[in-house]
Amino acid sequence: MSRLFISRDSTALSLGAEQVAQALAQQTAGQNVEIVRNGSRGLYWLEPLLEVESPQGRVAYGPVQAEDVPSLLASGLLTGGRHPLYLGNIEDLAYFKHQDRLTFARVGLTDPVSIGDYLAHEGYRGLKNALALQPAEIVKHVTDSGLRGRGGAAFPTGIKWNTVLNAPADQKYIVCNADEGDSGTFSDRMIMEGDPFVLIEGMTIAGLAVGATQGYIYLRVEYPHARIALNQAIESAVKNGYLGENILDSGKTFNLEVRLGAGAYICGEETSLLESLEGKRGLVRFKPPLPAIVGLFGKPTVVNNVISLASAPIILDKGGEYYRDYGVGRSRGTLPLQLAGNIKYAGLFEAAFGMTLRELLYDFGGGSATGRPIRAVQVGGPLGAYLHESQFDTPLDYEAFAAIGAVLGHGGIVVHDDTVNMAEMARYAMEFCVEESCGKCTPCRIGSTRGVEVIDRIVDDIEKVKNTELLRDLCNTMTCGSLCAMGSMTPIPVLSSLNLFPEDFGLKTEA
Amino acid sequence: MQDYQNQKSTVLEILDAHLAMSGNLLPILHGIQDTLGYIPEAAVEDIAKALYLSKAEVHGVISFYHYFRETPPGKHTIHICRAESCQAMGSKALENHAKLTLGIDFHETTADQHFSLEPVYCLGNCACSPSITIDKEVYGRVTPEKFENLLATYKGV
Repeated sequence: MSRLFISRDSTALSLGAEQVAQALAQQTAGQNVEIVRNGSRGLYWLEPLLEVESPQGRVAYGPVQAEDVPSLLASGLLTGGRHPLYLGNIEDLAYFKHQDRLTFARVGLTDPVSIGDYLAHEGYRGLKNALALQPAEIVKHVTDSGLRGRGGAAFPTGIKWNTVLNAPADQKYIVCNADEGDSGTFSDRMIMEGDPFVLIEGMTIAGLAVGATQGYIYLRVEYPHARIALNQAIESAVKNGYLGENILDSGKTFNLEVRLGAGAYICGEETSLLESLEGKRGLVRFKPPLPAIVGLFGKPTVVNNVISLASAPIILDKGGEYYRDYGVGRSRGTLPLQLAGNIKYAGLFEAAFGMTLRELLYDFGGGSATGRPIRAVQVGGPLGAYLHESQFDTPLDYEAFAAIGAVLGHGGIVVHDDTVNMAEMARYAMEFCVEESCGKCTPCRIGSTRGVEVIDRIVDDIEKVKNTELLRDLCNTMTCGSLCAMGSMTPIPVLSSLNLFPEDFGLKTEA
Repeated sequence: MQDYQNQKSTVLEILDAHLAMSGNLLPILHGIQDTLGYIPEAAVEDIAKALYLSKAEVHGVISFYHYFRETPPGKHTIHICRAESCQAMGSKALENHAKLTLGIDFHETTADQHFSLEPVYCLGNCACSPSITIDKEVYGRVTPEKFENLLATYKGV
């Protein structure tokens, strides 16, 4: 039997993977062929990617369109025959070979919703280890791993889990923040579509670690395919005794449910997310109390990003030290970086912390998609700084980015070529805050509207110097006076644009 | 109001199915919008009554979230991504082209009720910007020409 792999990942689908799968099914009907709908390998310029298990190993073809299918079959696709789209083994390509795929080990390799495939590829080994440990020992592994929240805030995951473990309560919750709203990010989506079991396993481990019996995945409504894959995997995990009551005859219980957001960026902020899960407007809560003490429905709650939770299985499988041995300084383990925007080789690049932005952009990203010079790069989502070419040698680790006033965040990297107008991007940052502010605090709600107006005046040459001063003052108010990162970090892209690209605002460059 | 008499039983069924669920308001609103295409204003009272909330609270939640709509959408809803990654690949030109071709602005529906146009902030398709969705299908690397072809396809269905 021949096994063919064609992705069910949203981005592959957005490029025609479904049509390819249908053409393959029709044109191989009656032959002994299985078509597996896998996740994406993350080399998106090659999607829709078609892989086949052949006598010479697993080989790939791409990018494939439905009209290529007849010639592929004629070239002996089912046995790995040569064709102009032939790529060889995808794992031999430099882009893939130089990655450290820990969290993404199975994404693109396996059938995402087959628990048999998951188990055959080291799945659920972490959970089995965790079931033999005391809660505090599970937490210790996570603490030892040095894992920090991958959603962007980089708070040590072990400390968060420990706080919830030590908070006495009749009910605790694990909440997965799957409201991946930052532009330029798609790693959460790729995990949920490409290896949902790893997230389910991670949440189950978190439940055992802190004594929580109920989990929720708060998923953004823009990810319909992730919802389907998660629900299929949850159903299978329940059926096979990996979720629900008496998990693997341990007497432990963990239930899991997917809940949908409704298009509000602010619900990626953890307290706003909790309000939304409770069925309310997503207004940000005051902290303290921390969600770890008073969280969902007033109970102690772990709120973690998808990648943080999906990293728990490998940590519990191989031990905290194994994970900690990747990375540099206080940034341990790996970060799934996402290359997006105007970049030739856009995709997912999971790497140990420490490589430079320049290496990533040019050695692997191949420069801009348009072939023009890269002028500005925004790292860490819409609230992240714009970096100038002179900063591209900054190593990708939390502290190195903080030292230049930037943020690594969720690892999203959006590239702009030299046609970008940075005054427009600064204005957009304020406009986005107007659109997405929850409205609870004044600096964010009103400051953002004033910000758009002031930037317009600077660009229109109305009292330029005074208004530039006013913009800086306004940014200071937003930074210091906002309740959450939405208002307090919007000034980061605005000020980095103003400081590094003043010519776009019609201001003189500093000598 | 006449319309709502036909929709009311659907709303009550959805409410009934979710009564035991904690934090059930968003799942209920999704259920109604998935079935009816929008959340009729007249449904607010029924939702409020079933959940022991005020009408203002329910309306407040509906209006907070961009995704929920209180007017019927066109036959097909087009979402165009406005976020940074798509901007870096020409989404502004695409946005203008779409508005011009359809003759409507964001949050509007064409006179023939065939297309509604909405902005969206990131579809997670940033490796293949610019991106749009039509109903639940995502499309990547959408040029104005590709947009025209998609419109032609969806006009027929």
